[in-house]
Amino acid sequence: MSQHDHGAQPVILPPQEAWGVIKSLLNPVTYLKFAKEHPILSLIFLVGVVVTVNRFLIGGLAGTTNLDDNNPWGIWISFDLLCGVALAAGGYTTTAGALIFNIKGLRTAVKPAILTAFLGYAFVVYALLYDVGQPWRLPYPVFWSQGTSSVLFEVGLCVMLYVTVLMIEWLPNFTDWVGMQKISHVIHKCTIALTIMGIVLSTMHQSSLGMLYLIAPHKMHPLWYSAHLPLQFFVSSMVAGMSMVIFEGTISHHYMHSRMSPEYNRDHDGVLFAFAKACSIILFGYFFMKWVPIAGENKWGYIFDGKYGLMWLIEMFGFIAIPCFLYAVGYRSRSTGTIKAAATISVLGIVFNRFNVSWFGFNIHLRPEQQYFPSVQEVIVSVFVVTLIILCFRFISKYMAIFSDHPSYSKGHH
Amino acid sequence: MKRRNFLGLAGAATATALAGKAQAAGGHSFDGYPNSYGVLFDASRCIGCRQCEMGCNKINSENVTEPWTTLPKKDPKAFDEKGLNATARTDASMYTLVNKYEPQALGGKTPVFKKAQCMHCKEPACASACFVKAFTKTPEGAVTYNGSVCVGCRYCMVACPWDVPTYEFNKLIPYVQKCHMCHPHIKSGKTTMPACVKACPMEALTWGKREDLIKEAWARISSVPGRYLPHVYGEREMGGTNWMYISNVPFAQIGLREDLGKTPAPEMTSGALGLVPLVACLWPVLLGGIWQITKWKDERAEEDKQKAVAEAIAQERAKAGK
Repeated sequence: MSQHDHGAQPVILPPQEAWGVIKSLLNPVTYLKFAKEHPILSLIFLVGVVVTVNRFLIGGLAGTTNLDDNNPWGIWISFDLLCGVALAAGGYTTTAGALIFNIKGLRTAVKPAILTAFLGYAFVVYALLYDVGQPWRLPYPVFWSQGTSSVLFEVGLCVMLYVTVLMIEWLPNFTDWVGMQKISHVIHKCTIALTIMGIVLSTMHQSSLGMLYLIAPHKMHPLWYSAHLPLQFFVSSMVAGMSMVIFEGTISHHYMHSRMSPEYNRDHDGVLFAFAKACSIILFGYFFMKWVPIAGENKWGYIFDGKYGLMWLIEMFGFIAIPCFLYAVGYRSRSTGTIKAAATISVLGIVFNRFNVSWFGFNIHLRPEQQYFPSVQEVIVSVFVVTLIILCFRFISKYMAIFSDHPSYSKGHH
Repeated sequence: MKRRNFLGLAGAATATALAGKAQAAGGHSFDGYPNSYGVLFDASRCIGCRQCEMGCNKINSENVTEPWTTLPKKDPKAFDEKGLNATARTDASMYTLVNKYEPQALGGKTPVFKKAQCMHCKEPACASACFVKAFTKTPEGAVTYNGSVCVGCRYCMVACPWDVPTYEFNKLIPYVQKCHMCHPHIKSGKTTMPACVKACPMEALTWGKREDLIKEAWARISSVPGRYLPHVYGEREMGGTNWMYISNVPFAQIGLREDLGKTPAPEMTSGALGLVPLVACLWPVLLGGIWQITKWKDERAEEDKQKAVAEAIAQERAKAGK
């Protein structure tokens, strides 16, 4: 087991100073100072703004993307939407474990997981503004003309509701910080109801993202097309969520150590082991789940057929069986390093799977020269969005009590 | 209003609402609108002159009703080349185009032409996929698009098995474009049948009621044995379409996919979508139950622990008392 310096309680600014920090956000000098200290982040930010202007005011979709009439969906759907939502699943998995199944050791992981999920979903919606043709109409499906037969309607409705739930779940971090404990108190009373809503909505839209593709069997490779896609997307999202909590916890530990309370540090390895065991079991089930439609629909022949078969085998063994095994070994030998490696592979595996479904294995009926490949500007937007998430995460965890209890809660209050 | 009155009214309203929907619960099946119109294309008659494309461009660039039904006016010379190569496809500036194929079935040198446009499915994938109901299957047979609600998600393009809907990627306020079988122009009296059908000099296109077209198609197939393949493309494909094809060469060799099957697109997602409300109903009860049980178990464990401690203390005290 790795040794941690459990350290002292992190400093949380009193409310009056918190408002000062918020006011400083309105001052351009704050940003110039930040730019001087972080030139690379600032450069990404600047380039992202330029592409944003091009997308909305100058070039439109044609001037920024490689999308065309044959390839209506590109990397903004494959990565920003499908991977974004899957990797933000830490919110519902962690809250389910800590608050519904009442696993005591997970409590300190709840706040960082909710923050990651909230930012993840908020920026999924933000990235969608780039992708849709008329982003100002994004509320139409819910408020104006409801196309209830559409899977995308279900996705849209659930994501909208879930962003709201996550926002409310996250809000106490902010209201505690600025001294509005009354609001926090009201929200805390609703914790279980919010958690259950979050799990219900997550189950629905995580699976619905896979369901989106059920309407296009003629465009997808048979190894990935299956009536089980919704189930596969949901089950793999649990692994994605927990692996991301481990992955991101490791990074946070590196950069945010001074913000972590002794309780957080004490429980940190426990969270790792609990999630490692869970991930190992779920990946084990998921591995066999993926064989069911192959056997049921007699698709064995495709497995050893060309590059798609190879890609499927790489996904199955490299990105599902191997992390499953590593998680189990890491749990048994109490090796945090092995678990972190498994988490990294799992995260990459989810990205690989979502790309296989929505990009590599999609539109395979087209001729090679018609196949989609993202433009530089599309990739820049995706990198830009990830950067924005990191900047927001940094800011919030730098000032608010994310890795600790807010001082206004007396000892043993929970 | 008294509370009881209000409740009574609310109850009556619920009962009415339920009664209105009761018949829908008895199973759902849709065989397409009766008496809907469609078009039959005969590949053996088409000479690739592209008069249909010209007619389409003319009527849809001159009789603009909505911003999304505008096609840019094209120079007649643009239609000079006889049939575009087999790889060309429609874009947002056109609703239809004629492809030229040199099918193996005729030795690979003789050209065969095919007109491509929206197939006007009986149960359209686009309409089922659209999350703002921008597409309508009209009782007259056309699948129309209402751009005033379109968000531009392009799920219709993903869903369409024939890759029909196109998008104005180069515009800052873009819309989807696709053939509407001249539905607005027929409605306004501008024309009596789709402009492409009217423009065809070879009668390769026939306009009529779908039922009649199917009879006509089979009549042609049986009248000259061996001339046509015994298959009306669109009679059953994806649940049936209002635009249908007969051909003297295999459909796959003139760019029409033969692997699409007969299942209407909406059926591919309706089963899975039907499970969603189950999750919404079952999950809260199940999770709420789990939460109660874990809480109860924790409380019991705590009680047992305290009881055991108290007993131990009492025993020790009793021992010490002796």
